[in-house]
Amino acid sequence: MQMNEYKPLIVAFCCNWCSYAGADLAGNNRLNYPAEVKIIRVPCSCRVNPMFILRAFQRGADGVIICGCHPGDCHYTSGNYYTRRRMAALFSMLDYLGIEKERTRVEWVSAAEGAKFAATMNDFVEKVAALGENKRLEDLRCKR
Amino acid sequence: MQRIGVFVCWCGSNIAGTVDVKVVAEALKSEPGVVFSTDYQYMCSQAGQDLIKNAVKEHNLTGIVVCSCSPRMHEATFRKTASAAGLNPYMVEIANIREQCSWVHKEMPLGTEKAIILGKAAVAKVSLNTPLTPGESPVTKRALVIGGGIAGIQTALDIADAGFPVDIVEKKATIGGKMAQLDKTFPTLDCAACILTPKMVDVAQNENIRIFSYSDVEEVKGFVGNFNVKIKKRARFVDETKCTGCGACIEKCPQKKVPNEFNLGMDNRRAIYIPFAQAVPKVATIDPDYCNMLKNGKCGVCSKFCAAGAIDYKQKDEIIEEKYGAIVVATGFEPISMDKFDEFAYSQSKDVITSLEFERLTNAAGPTAGKLLRPSDGKHPQKIVFVQCVGSRCSACAEKGKEYCSKICCMYTAKHAMLTRDKYPDTEVTVFYIDVRTPGKNFDEFQRRAVEEYGVNYVKGMVGKITPEGDKLKVRASDLIANKQINIDADLVVLAAAIEPDKSARPLATMLTASMDTNDFFTEAHPKLRPVESPTAGVFLSGTCQGPKDIPETVSQAGAAASKVIGLLQKNKLMGNPCVASSNQLMCNGCSSCERVCPYGAISYEDKEFPGPNRTVKTRRVAVVNPAVCQGCGACTVACPSGAMDLNGFMNTQIMAEVDAICK
Amino acid sequence: MQKITSEMLIEKATELLTNGTVSTVLGWKKGECDYDVSPAEFKSVEEVKNEFIYNDFSAANLSKYLIKRTEKVHGQALVFLNPEKKILVFLKPCDTYSFNQLLTEHRLDRESVYAVGVQCDGMIDIEKVKKIAGDGILSVDCSGEDIIVKTLYNDDMTIAKADVLAERCVNCKSKKHVAYDELLGETGEVIDSNRFDEVEKLEKMTADERFAFWQNELSKCIRCNACRDACPACTCEKCVFDNPKSGVENKSPANSFEEKLFHIIRAYHVAGRCTDCGECSRVCPQNIPLHLLNRKFIKDMNEFYGDYQAGAEVGSRAPLVNYTTSDIEPGEVFDRGDEDA
Repeated sequence: MQMNEYKPLIVAFCCNWCSYAGADLAGNNRLNYPAEVKIIRVPCSCRVNPMFILRAFQRGADGVIICGCHPGDCHYTSGNYYTRRRMAALFSMLDYLGIEKERTRVEWVSAAEGAKFAATMNDFVEKVAALGENKRLEDLRCKR
Repeated sequence: MQRIGVFVCWCGSNIAGTVDVKVVAEALKSEPGVVFSTDYQYMCSQAGQDLIKNAVKEHNLTGIVVCSCSPRMHEATFRKTASAAGLNPYMVEIANIREQCSWVHKEMPLGTEKAIILGKAAVAKVSLNTPLTPGESPVTKRALVIGGGIAGIQTALDIADAGFPVDIVEKKATIGGKMAQLDKTFPTLDCAACILTPKMVDVAQNENIRIFSYSDVEEVKGFVGNFNVKIKKRARFVDETKCTGCGACIEKCPQKKVPNEFNLGMDNRRAIYIPFAQAVPKVATIDPDYCNMLKNGKCGVCSKFCAAGAIDYKQKDEIIEEKYGAIVVATGFEPISMDKFDEFAYSQSKDVITSLEFERLTNAAGPTAGKLLRPSDGKHPQKIVFVQCVGSRCSACAEKGKEYCSKICCMYTAKHAMLTRDKYPDTEVTVFYIDVRTPGKNFDEFQRRAVEEYGVNYVKGMVGKITPEGDKLKVRASDLIANKQINIDADLVVLAAAIEPDKSARPLATMLTASMDTNDFFTEAHPKLRPVESPTAGVFLSGTCQGPKDIPETVSQAGAAASKVIGLLQKNKLMGNPCVASSNQLMCNGCSSCERVCPYGAISYEDKEFPGPNRTVKTRRVAVVNPAVCQGCGACTVACPSGAMDLNGFMNTQIMAEVDAICK
Repeated sequence: MQKITSEMLIEKATELLTNGTVSTVLGWKKGECDYDVSPAEFKSVEEVKNEFIYNDFSAANLSKYLIKRTEKVHGQALVFLNPEKKILVFLKPCDTYSFNQLLTEHRLDRESVYAVGVQCDGMIDIEKVKKIAGDGILSVDCSGEDIIVKTLYNDDMTIAKADVLAERCVNCKSKKHVAYDELLGETGEVIDSNRFDEVEKLEKMTADERFAFWQNELSKCIRCNACRDACPACTCEKCVFDNPKSGVENKSPANSFEEKLFHIIRAYHVAGRCTDCGECSRVCPQNIPLHLLNRKFIKDMNEFYGDYQAGAEVGSRAPLVNYTTSDIEPGEVFDRGDEDA
């Protein structure tokens, strides 16, 4: 019963040109996804500093997802290629520190993929909810 | 402290149906900095905008948050509203509570709760907003076209026709490029010279066009609208203004053994030369590597015979500096070197030639006056073998070939085969191919005609080895369809060599800070939507420098590039996007990380003096962002280890504040 | 292989000071005990003769100290450098990588430096010596093959050097000097070391075990900044942790972000730039194996994007400021090795 009460907090960074537009399209088509997802608009996924992600986790986010244009389609030609490398390195590091890998995700969502946006969010929220609350980054330096 | 006004839109029932707008407006009232909060049915309507304007004045607002539809919908509207009320338009933030809230959530309490959080994030962000003003820069109304082949010619003509001055820089002694060397053009078989040379004359006669032939781009500085370019005019030892192109000097020149590059070395020219009869500019050029006068001061024959007195052995390279508003790259292609393809015996036998050499052999103005004769013994070849994809689509042989398809070879090989059978019906022609790729208007019909009407023998399979034996070339190949080995004793073998970007392209790209792919083709700003622009603002792409293309494609891209240039040049000034990166030089390490990730070449470095303790001055290398070139992606901000690089409108602190507001 | 002695370095420094090539020497000086050797600057032959030492405790990587000393400072009060003369620095093989990396980042003026590469036979970790010999160490003689330790409470003890080598030397990645003007002793080769074994061991644990490991380690941190201050990649004009505008500077208990995530942020900031010199772990007073964070990044980037050694070449492009169109997807990085339980 307790699990039903629990609502994960999800921060989604969306690039202005593809994924934010994809999220808008999901809205236009009234495709539901959980209200736990809160979107932050960035010009390009490459604007997402790993510090933002760490900050979100430390402040109590249970999952962080970054959405950008499909590789090759970046409005700025190469932004998402850098995102791909940065996040691969960061997520692997978070996993290494013991932060469940399901809590981090990068997804390429185009402006035409409203349905993919909604489906991705539904899936992500479900996976994160199954893990429960994220206390780990908050607790990293508090030996119990 | 900011004085923030919050305006919650109902969007009729679109938002109000799932979000309790009154509760949202009330909740946001208590956020720090918020001095006014209200709701209204249609915020984007005139009445709604007036409400915002009045509130700005009445409450002395310094920032606005509109909780409404997507910023992609009405951010521009509300920025104008703010502007009309005397507020900086960039002091506006939108909380998207329609597309990303009311439309995707069904229950009122959930929608309301989320709308409040999104509102809080927008309030947190707007409290850190700073007024931004777009930069302005003037536009120099002149264009530079680098490369004088058909791409450069077409682009220059189109720009000049629109009334703007254009300069063409061509490294060779004449414009015309590769097309000038071709015989006939597919699929209509009209002669290349007949359609190209009139255009070359148009260029020469157009008052808006200057041609810098025998010249190179030496240095490019500046940015869109304001390029400063140094052009090196190499000494041709002939005064262009005096030379009439009569050719008397050429006839008398005693140095007759200079390989003629225009005919790909298949015949010779003199040390003083005009590349071909229709050259533009039609002036002679002395080749300093072969001229006896220039090498050891003994000769001077041409000078004696020049009635115009145009010969000037003391001529020096000249540097011309000019300002341009736009630059078009049209550097074209070269066939790849066949030296490494030992299996095809290119370096061993004169009778193994490339397709471009074949063009010269069949050209009426070529070394054989258009008669198809073997380079080795001048005999008419009875059996000709064409080999396609030599170095193209060659992922296994990356060290000598190219992975990509060169695109034009299937068509010109069909053309060569067809023309051969047309002129010399007694010749046996075999084409070895991997695939025949002939998409394009009337292309497939053309290739089928070669097979069906002209009886060209097309064999699917690759040639394994060519061995010169006596006066024959033993061609060993496989027929993949019949699944058997084929041996042909050929008289002539023509290799469809892959094409690659001209060697001058890479250093040019560095000068222009324009990006290239791994094959040295210039990258377009967007592969689908901005195919003729480089990511570097003000730099445009024309022709094969961007990727393999045939003539019709090249010409259409050249025209498209010209229209982009015209669109830029007709502006009097450029308004920048103020949401660009900027470097805090006090914190900048000068480490170059940002420069490396910038796709636009917007970042440069300068040595700057900083005051230190005890009246000292420290000189440090720091990054400078050119706001006219930066497009605001933010890649640099994350690459920067010290956080010196930040992005206006999406600052680190602003995004962090949004994260905090959401995760509270 | 010839053993490199203090005298050889002193002789070289004296020669270069006397003939006017250099005006300053960066090296190491003796402390109160044999083992507390610290980085030092010498301005005269006399200072060099009195205080300079090079032994198995001269572990400090001196490349970072060149930044301040090659700055272009002009003014009335002070002139740090005689512009005519260079600064002499002694660099062990691993230090030369840091040196190159700093050149890549334009943090050093190469023209102002005279770099002497010094052969290195590995440095000793005094903590390991203490574990074997116990407390009250009076002297450690490392001039011979083995280490001879005199203590207050025990008899003289002879320890094999291999048993007390610092972790980074046990897993030495390279004996090759990648930058120098002159060499003392021999230069070696890049070594196919086992430096990623520890990382691999952690990777094989479950997420919970890893979390427990790091929670235990990172909880020891007293936020003294020693790792940052010694790190030759941490050379920012202003560190984000000292910058009120960065959003991570804040030591009040109200904002524990910086407090909790310092090491992760630091490791990320140096990712692709870290040469794995091991200074962070060496200087940590709490003995936190900080190099395991940096090595994780190095190992990952090697596996994802091909081998890359920061500092091996001046001007090389680090993996995180580079890309290919066919890079691994972030979601696929977990599919490599073993799945978590």
